[in-house]
Amino acid sequence: MTKQVTLTIDGVQVTVPDGTLIVDAAKKAGIDIPVFCYHPKMEPAGMCRMCLVEVGRPMVDRATGEPVLDEDGSPKLQFWPKLETACTNTVSEGMAVLTQSEKAKKEQKDIIEFLLTSHPLDCPICDKGGECPLQNLTMEHGPGKSRFLFDDKLKMDKHVPLGDLIFLDRERCILCGRCVRFQDEVAGEAVLAINERGRGSEIITVSDPGFDSVFSGNTTDICPVGALTTADFRFGARPWELKAAASICGQCPVGCNVTFNTRREAKAEGKVVIKRVMPRQNEQVNETWICDKGRFAYHYAESKERLGKPLVTGKESSWDAATKLVAEKLKDAGSNAVVLASGRLANEDLFNLKSLADGLGGAAVLYTDMGGGDLVASVGVGQGTNFSDMGQGDAILVVASDLYEEAPIWWLRVKQAADRGATLIVANARETKLDKFANFVVRYANGDEVMAVQDMGGKSKIAEAFAKAQNAIVLFGSDGLGMEGSSNVAAACADLLVKTGHMGKRNNGLIGVWPKANDQGAWELGFRPEADLAATLKGKVVYIVGADPVGDTPALEGALKGADFVVVQDLFQTATAELADVVLPAQAYTERDGTFTSGERRVQRFYPAVPPLGETKADYAITTEIASELDMDLEGSSPVLVFEKLAANVKDFEGLSYVKLAEVTEQWPIVGRGDLYYGGTTYENTQGLGVQLVSAAERGETVSIPEFGKEAGLRPKEDELMAVPVTKLYDRGATVAPTELLSERIGETTIALHPDAAKKLGVEPGAKVKVSFDGVKGEAVVKIDETISAGVALIPRNMGLAIREPVAIKVN
Amino acid sequence: MSLVEKYPKEVEKILAKYPPEQKRSAVMPLLYMAQREEGFVDRHAMQDIAALVDITETEVASLIGFYTLYHDKPEGALRIQVCTDLPCALRGADKFLADLCEKLEIEPGGTTADGLITVEPVMCLAACDKAPMFQTQGSDGIKYHENMTVETTMELIEGFKKEVK
Amino acid sequence: MTHILLRHRDIPDINKIDVYKKNGGFQVFEDAVKKMKPEEVTAIVKDSGLRGRGGAGFPTGMKWGFMDNNNWPHYVVANADESEPGTFKDRELMESNPFQFLEGVAISSYAVGANAAYVYLRGEFWEVAAFLDEKIEEMEKAGYLGEKLFGSDYSLKIYTHLGAGAYICGEETALLESLEGKRGQPRVRPPFPPSFGLYGKPTVVNNVETLTNVPLILEKGADWYKSMGTADSAGVKVFSLSGRVRKPGNYELPFGATFRELIYEHGGGILDGRPVKAIMAAGASSSLIDVDDKALDTPMDYASVRDLGADLGSASVIVIDDTISIDWVINKTIHFFKHESCGKCTPCREGNYWMQSVIERIRSDEGTPEDVELLQNVAKQMQNKCLCALGEFATMAVVTGIERFPQDFKLPVRK
Repeated sequence: MTKQVTLTIDGVQVTVPDGTLIVDAAKKAGIDIPVFCYHPKMEPAGMCRMCLVEVGRPMVDRATGEPVLDEDGSPKLQFWPKLETACTNTVSEGMAVLTQSEKAKKEQKDIIEFLLTSHPLDCPICDKGGECPLQNLTMEHGPGKSRFLFDDKLKMDKHVPLGDLIFLDRERCILCGRCVRFQDEVAGEAVLAINERGRGSEIITVSDPGFDSVFSGNTTDICPVGALTTADFRFGARPWELKAAASICGQCPVGCNVTFNTRREAKAEGKVVIKRVMPRQNEQVNETWICDKGRFAYHYAESKERLGKPLVTGKESSWDAATKLVAEKLKDAGSNAVVLASGRLANEDLFNLKSLADGLGGAAVLYTDMGGGDLVASVGVGQGTNFSDMGQGDAILVVASDLYEEAPIWWLRVKQAADRGATLIVANARETKLDKFANFVVRYANGDEVMAVQDMGGKSKIAEAFAKAQNAIVLFGSDGLGMEGSSNVAAACADLLVKTGHMGKRNNGLIGVWPKANDQGAWELGFRPEADLAATLKGKVVYIVGADPVGDTPALEGALKGADFVVVQDLFQTATAELADVVLPAQAYTERDGTFTSGERRVQRFYPAVPPLGETKADYAITTEIASELDMDLEGSSPVLVFEKLAANVKDFEGLSYVKLAEVTEQWPIVGRGDLYYGGTTYENTQGLGVQLVSAAERGETVSIPEFGKEAGLRPKEDELMAVPVTKLYDRGATVAPTELLSERIGETTIALHPDAAKKLGVEPGAKVKVSFDGVKGEAVVKIDETISAGVALIPRNMGLAIREPVAIKVN
Repeated sequence: MSLVEKYPKEVEKILAKYPPEQKRSAVMPLLYMAQREEGFVDRHAMQDIAALVDITETEVASLIGFYTLYHDKPEGALRIQVCTDLPCALRGADKFLADLCEKLEIEPGGTTADGLITVEPVMCLAACDKAPMFQTQGSDGIKYHENMTVETTMELIEGFKKEVK
Repeated sequence: MTHILLRHRDIPDINKIDVYKKNGGFQVFEDAVKKMKPEEVTAIVKDSGLRGRGGAGFPTGMKWGFMDNNNWPHYVVANADESEPGTFKDRELMESNPFQFLEGVAISSYAVGANAAYVYLRGEFWEVAAFLDEKIEEMEKAGYLGEKLFGSDYSLKIYTHLGAGAYICGEETALLESLEGKRGQPRVRPPFPPSFGLYGKPTVVNNVETLTNVPLILEKGADWYKSMGTADSAGVKVFSLSGRVRKPGNYELPFGATFRELIYEHGGGILDGRPVKAIMAAGASSSLIDVDDKALDTPMDYASVRDLGADLGSASVIVIDDTISIDWVINKTIHFFKHESCGKCTPCREGNYWMQSVIERIRSDEGTPEDVELLQNVAKQMQNKCLCALGEFATMAVVTGIERFPQDFKLPVRK
C-alpha cells in the first residue's frame, strides 16, 4: 500500500498517495489549479507558469530536527516569497497550498496578461472558441484589458499546414509544448518540435509527409488554444452547435471509444451530419486518444453513393417484395443456404444472421482471411485487462502483426507498457515501427512463423523472459500470412500461453489483431471462415452481409455467378451487389444502436449519431423481417432485445445487458465538457465503459489446442518471388477511401522489394511495374525494404491487388 | 555524399567523445561539420545527421533555429559578426558597424552585391576590452578580430576576396 | 601581487606544458590520485571557502558534496559558456593558463569520482576549443590523462564540446541539455545536477575560473586561500573591467578590493577624465549602482555589494560615465535578453518582447511617462515567476535604471 500524505489546499484537507503532484491532488479535491502546459498523461514541464501557487511547508528546527510550532501548537509553516509551480511539485505531509490567495491570483492574472500580449484577437473566427482553455482561464483568472499595444503584436504565419491533416496557426500558439511532448513522450514519434527561440519560437515539422504520425489528431485535442486544428473540422462548426453521440470506432479491433459530433445544417440540405470524431475517455481501451483513421475516415457513412432503397434484379423495389423474395429462396435452399458475413457488422446483426442460418440448417461463414478467433475465445485476455497496468515484470509478445498500421492505439499502449519496463518481444519477418521499442526483435524467415512462436516456449533468453513474466499478453496478426498461416500461428500462440500459464487472468491471454472491428464478435457468435470461398458459394443461395468478395477478389466473380441466388445487404452498390439478385440497403452503424466485441473481448455499445438514411434498416432488423417470413421468431424490434436474447444464448455473454454495458465508473484524469483545460477536449464517458467477456480459461475449463501445422504457409522458392500480404492503415477499403482528405496518405498501390530483388529485376524505387499472381494482374510502384528477404515482395491488402495469402508473383 | 563518407575518421572521433548510448550529443559537432562547405545545413545533411545519431529530422531542424551559429540558408561566404552589445557599444561599436556597412553599401544584416560578405550585429563575444571587434564565421570556423577599425576590416575583406579567387 | 589565476602575467609561456610542470604543475593532481581519498580533496575545497565564480557564488565544496553516490557514473562539466556581456575572464584563463584550468578539472573529477569530464565552450570560442584540444592531447601524451593514471585505478578523459551561440546555455541545466544534443533550455529544478545531471547522472557543473582555483588551493591549503579576500568571500577574483575606462581588461584582485581601486588604479580611470555615473557589477544581469563616493569605496565582495542594492555576480564590471543616458543602456540590455531568451517560460518570453516594444517607444518620439511606468511594471511583473535566472536578471537593470536614474527617463506628457 503506497504511503499516503495529508495536506491542505485552500483550507481543504486532502489525503493522496505519496508522489502525487500538487495540481493532481487539488483536482482530486475538486479544486482547479489553472494549467496550460501540464497534461496528466505527460511529464510536467513547468513552462507556462500558470499554476504558480503559494506553498507552505512545516518548518523544522535545523539543530534539533523537531518541528517548529507556533503559539497554538500547530506546525509553523514556511512560505517562500517566490510562488511554486503546482505541476512540478509533489505533496508532502502537512503542506499547505494556497491557490486563490491575493498573491496567487495576481500571478495568475499576470501570466494570462503575458499570454494574451501577442495572442491574436481571433475568437470570432477561431475553431477553438467555445471549448478553449485560454478563453475559459482568461474569464476566470485574467485581466479585463491588456496594456499591450495592438500594433506591437508579433505577426506570424496563420495557416501553416503540418502535413495535409493538421493546420497550425503560429500566432495563436502559446508555446505550451503539449503537442511536441505528446509526440515525443506518448507517441514516440518526435515529428513536431519548437524551432527558433524566445518570442520567435514556432512549432515545425520536417518529416515527409509533414507531421508524419497517425496520432497527429490528438494534438488538436490537447492544444489549449486554436493553434492546432484539423483540416477536417477547421471552419466547420461552433462547438456549442454540436450534439454529441457516444460511439465506438468501427475501423479496427481496438474499439476506441469515440464521440460523433453532429449538426443539422443547411448546406447538407437540412440533414444532420457528422462534423467530427472526438475521443471519448475509456482508460482501459484507448485512454483519451484515437488514431487519425478513426478521427478522419468517417465520411463513408455519409457518402452520396449510399444505397437508400431495396433493389430486385437491379430495379428499385419495396422492402415487402424484396424480403418476401429472399425468404422464398432461402426456404427452398434450406441447408444449401449460406450466410456470408464480415466483422464489420455488430453483434446483434451477426447473432440474428447466425440464428437464421441455424434455423435453415445452412452455413454461417465468416468473410475473413485470418483465423484463430475460437482460440481467442478460450484464452482471450482476462476480465479487467488493461495495458496501462502493464510494466516492469510483464511481457508482451507481438507476432506477425504490424500494430502501427493495423491497430495504432494498441501500438501506442504496448509501446508505453514497454516504456514502463514491460519486456516487449516483436516477432516478424520484416522491420515494423514497434521494433525500436522492443527488448527483443525476432526476425524469422517467412514460413518459420510457427517455429518462432514455439521457440518462445523453449530455453532461450527470450523464452525465459516470457515464461518468467508475471503477466504476459500475446497479440497475433496476419502480417505476411493468409488463413492457414494465421490459424497455425494463433494455435501456436495459444499453446504457448497455456504452457506458460499466462491465461485465465487479467493482463494475460491472446489478442487477435483482426482486420475488422467486430471480427472477434463474429467468432464468438459462431461464424467460421471457409478457405475455399468459391467452392462454398457454388450452387448455393447466398446471403452476403457487409462483405464485398467480388470487389476484393475479382476472380470470385465466377463463383458468385455460379451461385443459385445472391442477396447482398450492404451500404453501397458494390461489385458483389452488381451481381446480386436482391440488394438490401443497410444502415451505417452511425445511424443506429448496437455493440461491437473488441479484440480484447470487450463488448461496447454504440449509439446513433445521425438519423437513418432513406429507407435503410438496421442489419439485424432486415434479417428479422426475412426470418419472420420463414416463421422463425428472431428479435428485431429493438437492439436491446436482440442483445438480451444473445446474452441468454451465447455462454460467454451471460449476464450482459445494454444497461450493464452503459455503466461507467469515475476515471482519471478528469476530462470533459465541464473542464477542458486539464486533459483537453476528449469527451467524458457517460454512456458506458463496456464489459469484457469471461474466457473459458478464466472459468477454469481445460483449453484444448487443435493440431496445428508447423508451416505457416509458403516459403519463397529459389528463383521465385513470393508475394505476401501486409496491412496498410490507410487503404482503399470501403470505410476509408471515401474520405478525400486521406487520399494522399492512401497513395498508390505499391510493391516492396529487397534491394537485391529490385536490382535483379532491374527496377528502381518509384518505378511502376506490372505484377501478376494467381489470376490477378495489375500495376504497382516499387518501394525498397531492406529488412525483408530477397525472395519476398510485400503487397498491401485492399490497394487494388487481391492478395489473400502468400503466393508466387511475377514482376514485369 | 553523406558525412560519414566524406569525413569518416572525424565522424568516428566525434562519436567516440560521448558514451555510445548517448549518440545524440554528437549532433552539435556534426552540424558544424555539415555547415563547413556551404555555410549552412541543407535538408540532406539534416537527414544524414538524424540517421547518424538516431533522432528525427524534425529534432535536428529544431536545433538549427535555436542556436545562433547554425544557419539553414546560405549567406555570404564570410560572415562578419560585429558585437554591438553594451560593453562594446560603450566603446564605439555601433558607429563602427554603421560605418562598415556604409562602406560596403549594405544594411546591417545584409550581404554585399558580390554575395561574398555578410555583416551582422551579434551579442557579446567576450572581448569587451578590445572593442570594436568582430568574429568571422566561414568554412574554416570562427576567428576573432579585435581592436578593429573600418580600415583594418577592409584590409581583411580584401585579403579574403583574394583567397576566394 | 603574484597572480594565482592569471599566472601568465608573471610566468610567460605557462601555457607550455614543460613550463607549467616546472612551476609545480600537475604535482598536486598526482598527489591527490596517489595519496588522497576523493572525500579528502572535497573537504579541503569546502574548507577553503571557494565559491562559484560564474555568478551564482554557490560554495563549491558543498556542491561537490551533494553528488549522489548511489547513481553512477559521475561527470564533471566545466562551464566555459562565458556569454554574460562584460565577461571575458574565462577566455583569458583558458588561452593563457590552460593547464591550471585543466588540472583543476582533473582534480575535481577525481574528487567526485568522475572518469569523464566535458569542457562546454560557447560556440564562438572555436579557436579556444581547438587550443584546449591540443593541450589535452599534450596532457595525455605526458600521462596526466588516460587510463590508470600514475599507476592507480583512476582513469580520466577530458573532452571539449562547442556550443553554438546561446547565452542561456550558461545556465547549468540548459548547458546539460545542450550537451546532450537537445535545445539548450533549463530543466525544472529540483532535481539539481549533483543528483540528476548529464544523461541523468550526478554531475558537477563548475565555472572555468572556479576550477582554475582548485590546484593552488590543494597545493597551498585552505587556510592559505582563506587568508585572502574577506570573511564572506574568500580568495581572489578575476574582475573583467569594461566600458568607459581607459584600460579595460581582466584584473585579478583579492575580494575586498574596492571599485575605486579597480577603476582608477588598474583601469586608469574614465576616458576623458569624466565622472563615473553608474556601475554594472554583474554584466548585463546587474542592478545599476548609482555611483557616489560611498559606492566607489565599497569593497567588491558578495555581501558588501549586496548592501549597495546590487549583486557582484560574475564580477563583470561595466563602467558607465555621464556621457551615457541610462535609457540607452537598458535598451541594450533588454535587446540582449530578448535575443537570448530561450522562450520556454511565459513571463521571460513575453515579458522581454514586451519590454523591447516599450523601451523602443520610450526612445522614439512617441514615448510617454505612462510608458516609463509601464516598463517598470512589466519588468516587475516578470519577477519571481520565471523558470530560470535569465528572466529574473533581465528585469534588474530596467527596474533599478528607472528607479535610480529618473532624470534619464523624463518624457513629455502627450495626449
